[in-house]
Amino acid sequence: MTIREVMKIVDGKVLVGEDRLDTRVDTACGSDLMSDVLAFVKDKTVLITGLINPHVVRTSEMLDITCIVFSRGKMPSEEILEMADEIGITVISSPMTTYTACGELYVHGLPGTKKKAEGV
Amino acid sequence: MAVLLEKSFPVEAGAYTTAGEASTTIKRTLKQLGISADVLRHVSVACYEVELNLVIHSLGGTLTLLVDPEKVTLISKDVGPGIPDIEKAMTEGFSTANEEARTLGFGAGMGLPNMKRNATNFEIQSEVGVGTTITMSFALA
Repeated sequence: MTIREVMKIVDGKVLVGEDRLDTRVDTACGSDLMSDVLAFVKDKTVLITGLINPHVVRTSEMLDITCIVFSRGKMPSEEILEMADEIGITVISSPMTTYTACGELYVHGLPGTKKKAEGV
Repeated sequence: MAVLLEKSFPVEAGAYTTAGEASTTIKRTLKQLGISADVLRHVSVACYEVELNLVIHSLGGTLTLLVDPEKVTLISKDVGPGIPDIEKAMTEGFSTANEEARTLGFGAGMGLPNMKRNATNFEIQSEVGVGTTITMSFALA
């Protein structure tokens, strides 16, 4: 699935990274707990979260996450958007709740991350 | 083994706003050295976890990056307070993080086990009242 498809499925608006919409994503993770994101996520992942702070972007950078979807129509600050754009992360705002956005992506064929990082 | 690169980063206790900046610099430095994406992700995750631990739990410390032809090594050394029960601290889900850390999405008790999982070698030494040293290495081949 491409980020463009993700955007359509979650009825989202692209806040930064309009030029990266054709990037492919293989899995998704829905969480407000960055500790869990750090433990479970692999690359080419979309992160769906209702948590808004710069650490969401830093966590994503560490994991090579290519797209963040902020749920419930939340709007991140300019600082967060600039950070994401500099790193090359596409940011989408979706009016859906985290649960619904995850559910929609799942039924459209985007699987979840299955296991913890290698070396378990 | 000849050290190709050595860099140290001071990490301030309670500096939640800047937490992660050292890890970002370390990741970008290693990327410039041409380290593979897989190894880089393991180093980055463990580095970010250990840096957050310094901010959340320690009284301040230093994060040191060493690169030699065979491995990347990260050393986190703090000045206290030390961990009373390391076995307990290594258990997934056990956390002594404060409310501020939790508000930011951390403090779920995943940090130390996640570092161990990502590193090729993981060592932790701690003494209450003295401090904690964590040494992690990541094989490049």
